[in-house]
Amino acid sequence: MSHSTLEAVSAARWRIAISLTIAMMLTYFGFILLVAFNKPLLGKLVAKGLSLGILLGALTIVVAWALTWIYIVWANRHYDTSIKGLKR
Amino acid sequence: MSALGEPNATAMAFFGIFIALTLCITIWASRRTRTADHFYAAGRSVTSLQNGLALAGDYMSAASFLGIAGLVARSGFDGLIYSTGWLVGWPIVMFLIAEPLRNLGRYTFADVVAARLRQKPIRIAASIGALAVIAFYLIAQMVGAGNLIRLMFGLPYELAVVIVGAVMLLYVLFGGMIATTWVQIVKAVLLLGGATLLAILVLARFDFNPLTLFDQAAQQYGESVLAPGGLVTDPIDAISLGLALMLGTAGLPHILMRFYTVPDAKTARTSVGYATAFIGFFYLLTFILGFGAMVLIGREAIVAVDAGGNMAAPLLAEALGGPRLLGFIGAVAFATILAVVAGLTLSGAATLSHDLWVNVLRGAHASEAEQLKVARFATVVLAVVSILLGILFKGQNVAYMVGLAFAIAASANFPALVLSIFWKRLTTAGAQISMLTGTVSTLVLIYLSPAIQIDILGNEAAWFPLRNPGIVTIPLAFLVAIAVSLIRPEPESARRFVEQERQLHVGAE
Repeated sequence: MSHSTLEAVSAARWRIAISLTIAMMLTYFGFILLVAFNKPLLGKLVAKGLSLGILLGALTIVVAWALTWIYIVWANRHYDTSIKGLKR
Repeated sequence: MSALGEPNATAMAFFGIFIALTLCITIWASRRTRTADHFYAAGRSVTSLQNGLALAGDYMSAASFLGIAGLVARSGFDGLIYSTGWLVGWPIVMFLIAEPLRNLGRYTFADVVAARLRQKPIRIAASIGALAVIAFYLIAQMVGAGNLIRLMFGLPYELAVVIVGAVMLLYVLFGGMIATTWVQIVKAVLLLGGATLLAILVLARFDFNPLTLFDQAAQQYGESVLAPGGLVTDPIDAISLGLALMLGTAGLPHILMRFYTVPDAKTARTSVGYATAFIGFFYLLTFILGFGAMVLIGREAIVAVDAGGNMAAPLLAEALGGPRLLGFIGAVAFATILAVVAGLTLSGAATLSHDLWVNVLRGAHASEAEQLKVARFATVVLAVVSILLGILFKGQNVAYMVGLAFAIAASANFPALVLSIFWKRLTTAGAQISMLTGTVSTLVLIYLSPAIQIDILGNEAAWFPLRNPGIVTIPLAFLVAIAVSLIRPEPESARRFVEQERQLHVGAE
């Protein structure tokens, strides 16, 4: 009985974990590839004192925060409830 | 002109207070350290905010504080490449590692890899990877401590190394994980507080607007300081470094060990959230401090004191708050090294005693008293070794060693750990050969890389073109694990994976 539920919980946890991991990797390596291949673009100023590179670098940090926040919210809402169900 | 490099009374006083406070914590902790669970895992009683601070404390080394601020002061934008690289591993730790680790293991990450495989071969291979990471990380920290203290206070290098080794030994030997955790918390609060204070003092000169600061830097040194410079020249090397920083974070033994100090997986998860917030905030601050030093101190003055720019933040502190603030920041940097070294030593002691002595030599049959005795003996050995290594590597270029530690962690520890958690068909031989391949291939390729062949040995060319081997060694370790596991399946391991699956989510019942 609990076996199929366990499989469902596992699958859901894995889907979220791998999607968020890929999102983080795309963001970070996207930033690094721009640094490597298009330095002039990142040097462009979007405001006085603010280059696109600094903006995207800071945004990479913000994305890291946002993704961990998404995971915590998902886990607190759904994952913890499913685990309670498994323990029963 | 600058009081840097002279004995600084304020620094001594602040450092004395820090030592006194942390030794009081150690005495308090020693009374609570009676079992191996206390010594390795602080009785599993640490809260998520405390563990978040302690994780940040373990991770924010003097290299990332002084080094990144210095790199930004010298080259502007490029420092941000390191700051982001060092942060983006944390979400990976949260998504893939923290909760399963807490649910499946007891004291070390090898517990998790070995959980459903044959104990001895896994423990031995995991210990080699773990000890290699710890050794290179320790050397970098000890050499950094010696240089930093000589530069800042004029104390002899050897004396500084011995002080760091001896005080760290007291923390770990008597206070175990409880003392080490509190030392990390105190240090993290001091470092975050000190960096925040400095950043506020900098921004106060620029209408509290970072963009005014950046603009001022661009007017003084040209707009190139806001654009990518010479740090990333080879895209493949940059990706390789990024992979090692990102996945290496999820394979550092002293970081992974912290997840056993909390009561359950939910707390482990929340603690990574706090850690990610603190560490990201800290790296944004170092970016401000670097630009602040560039504008307010000037590049020439910074490089004149230390060619690597490592003194940018201390010089900035002196310019903004006189010798008092310089003393405070100096003491914080020293405390930072001390805390990181203590965390590394404790995880090394856990590897030697829990993985090798108890589980390999004694077949998992060791009394509580014996476990504690061996753990403490291992701590003393590691403290002596780290002091000797610090003195042995005096004056050597150890800049590549933290990168090397991350590369081994990403290639030897991370693939086996992730596959053991998520892949049913992983076998003992697969995990074992993967961990050994990861360690050996990283060491060999670093030796053949320009970082050793050209920078250190002075040869004209290197056998291996990349400075960072991660892009080769990480996929190699994964491929080896998968190929060996598929060639010779281990039905027992697959069967136990199904049992383990429940514990992975629910925890030990």
